[in-house]
Amino acid sequence: MAIEFKPSPSLPPPSNAVGPVAWVRKNFFSSPLNIFLTFFSFYILYLLIPPALEWAVFDATWEGTSKAACTAGGACWAFIRVRFDQFMYGLYPATEYWRVNVAAILLVVLVGMFAIKAINKLLLSIAIIVVYPIIAYFLFAGGVLGLEVVETSLWGGLFLTMLLGIIGIVASFPLGIILALGRQSKMPVAKSVCVIFIETIRAVPLITILFMASVMIPLFLPDGMNFNKLLRVLIGITLFSAAYMAEVIRGGLQAIPKGQYEAADAMGLTYWQSMILVILPQALKLVIPGIVNTFIGLFKDTTLVYIVGMFDFLGIIQMANHDANWLGTTTEGYAFAGFVYWAICFGMSRYSMAVERKLDTGHKRN
Amino acid sequence: MSEKTTTNTSFLNDAGNRAMLFQAVLLIAVVAVGYYLFHNLQANLENQGISTGFAFLNEPAGFPILIHLIEYTEANSYGRAFLVALINTILISLMGIILATVIGVVMGLARLSQNWLVARLATVYIETLRNIPLLLQMFFWYFAVLATLPHPRDSIIFGDFFLNKRGIYSPEPIAQDGFGVVIFGFLACVMAAIALVVWAKKRQKQTGVWFPAYWTSLAIIIVGTVVFYFLAGSPVEFDAPTKSRFNVTGGMVLVPEFVAVLVALSTYTGAFIAEIVRAGILSVNWGQTEASRSLGLPDGLTQRLIVLPQALRVIIPPLTSQYLNLAKNSSLGAAIAYPELVAVVMGTTLNQTGQAIETIGLCMLVYGSLSLSISVFMNWYNKKMSLIER
Repeated sequence: MAIEFKPSPSLPPPSNAVGPVAWVRKNFFSSPLNIFLTFFSFYILYLLIPPALEWAVFDATWEGTSKAACTAGGACWAFIRVRFDQFMYGLYPATEYWRVNVAAILLVVLVGMFAIKAINKLLLSIAIIVVYPIIAYFLFAGGVLGLEVVETSLWGGLFLTMLLGIIGIVASFPLGIILALGRQSKMPVAKSVCVIFIETIRAVPLITILFMASVMIPLFLPDGMNFNKLLRVLIGITLFSAAYMAEVIRGGLQAIPKGQYEAADAMGLTYWQSMILVILPQALKLVIPGIVNTFIGLFKDTTLVYIVGMFDFLGIIQMANHDANWLGTTTEGYAFAGFVYWAICFGMSRYSMAVERKLDTGHKRN
Repeated sequence: MSEKTTTNTSFLNDAGNRAMLFQAVLLIAVVAVGYYLFHNLQANLENQGISTGFAFLNEPAGFPILIHLIEYTEANSYGRAFLVALINTILISLMGIILATVIGVVMGLARLSQNWLVARLATVYIETLRNIPLLLQMFFWYFAVLATLPHPRDSIIFGDFFLNKRGIYSPEPIAQDGFGVVIFGFLACVMAAIALVVWAKKRQKQTGVWFPAYWTSLAIIIVGTVVFYFLAGSPVEFDAPTKSRFNVTGGMVLVPEFVAVLVALSTYTGAFIAEIVRAGILSVNWGQTEASRSLGLPDGLTQRLIVLPQALRVIIPPLTSQYLNLAKNSSLGAAIAYPELVAVVMGTTLNQTGQAIETIGLCMLVYGSLSLSISVFMNWYNKKMSLIER
């Protein structure tokens, strides 16, 4: 009778090497330093979380019409509720809020239509980039079809911030591409114009550019010719971020192997054909994180328009903080503003990661 | 070329000719626009009766400046005010760079920590501060934190330190006779330490015997300076601030404007630097650490001799641009009345004199050269650190 070899089943790993106990040991108590850090972190959390929760939730006041209503000792969210419309639309006349809303909804719908496969993407892009701004402008400014005229100095709040951010992003992107291509160009004049422009802008802070836009541009224009301050500031912001965008895109252009340029030439493509069909699609894909970082930077930088006297989202909150009815609600205002900016910027960065993953075709050099 | 290439293309279809033509048009356009703007500028200045030039810099400024490291009164000239503001900008930039680097390195390492909780906390810090505008953070520190501190009469007191709405008061060290001896002693210790490091390196190259030169030289500098300090008879006296009934007088004060700008700049930039440090350390292949361990190097030396030098190569270029950003962002201090370049020159001076072109030009020039000097220094450091390929 043959003896059959029967291995005994393997023992489970010791209970302190797997499972939650091991995880806690490895992550929290692996060394004396680690133990100290764990307790230190818990102490910091203990110092921060309970008072913050108490202030923001448990002791907070949600209803009321002035600071006097906030007696619970916590946050005075009533301030945000009462002022909410102003934070969103600035000094825009309350009866005309619907115009901003319509434009915003229209934009969301148009952009959302990209998700529908049957729609011609080119036509849709043209609609968004060419037709939509005209409609939106007349909606905001009025003066046609019986719409009341609203001066741009009344535009404000989150509406102005989004306006500056979106137009800045949409306008600085193509400008940045042109500057980057110019900097890579073999034509000495074109190259030096681009290099001087980019390096000058990048060397100075945005505030100086905004001051230039608000104070200096009128001096450079002929007598009697002047244009809107909002437009001047927009030009300033756009030129500023275009210079940064150009440097990011240049990085992408340099990362494309020379063979791609040569192959495009060998196919008999013209310069613009080879750029648009071969080089840029690859280059831009490589630098998506950089591009989105520039967008986020631009969006955060729109707060600086407050310094040249425009009331964007932060500016209008800063103004509301000085309201005699609501003295002492600065923290609430900043917390609200901080949350909104954070949500938008964090959302953009997460979205860019998703796009990067979606477009990743494995050409990245690792 | 012996044979001229036959061209059956027309003049305009030749790539070289087209490039020339395009550049000529571009050049003419740039010059024409430039001339047009300059022409308008001259006409406008003449119409408005603004005299050009920097003569205004010699006129008395007539406004006070909150923070001045050099002597300054209202009777001083605009030029002097400009200098004061320039020093304030450089001061805040340098201190901000140092603090932001410390915060960034600590947070970057914390995010890589094995400790789950520490890593999460660092992540929350980084993702929160990076995504909120700097101006908002400055406002928060200035209006929501520092402005809500108690009045001077209810100052918060830690020993000789006072904390209230007007700032942070601390004892001010005042050099007495004989302080020169301490400075001399300090310099002598530094020289001795440098000599020790050079000797240790040389000996290690010749004999292979290692000497803990860095720790020893640190000890020499600290102990030596302390010894000289007592030999000279403790030539520093502290002027402690005193609290009267309604006010705090004497001592050294850090005004809230300065503190708010410094805290906001360094925590904000620190969050960016933390990501750079993390990326730099992750970029060093794990095999390098394993190789170092198999050579028998202890963990500390592995980090210092193997990982850090390689990580620095990746870290330095983006770090440079963060330093540049910090220096440029210090201009946001103008929004909370920290008297730096933009606030003094493009704010007050511009308002009082109307010299838009000169003041804005001056600011751009200063920021341009500040940026240039930081990038020259960092490029030099980068070259020093970069891989020397044979």
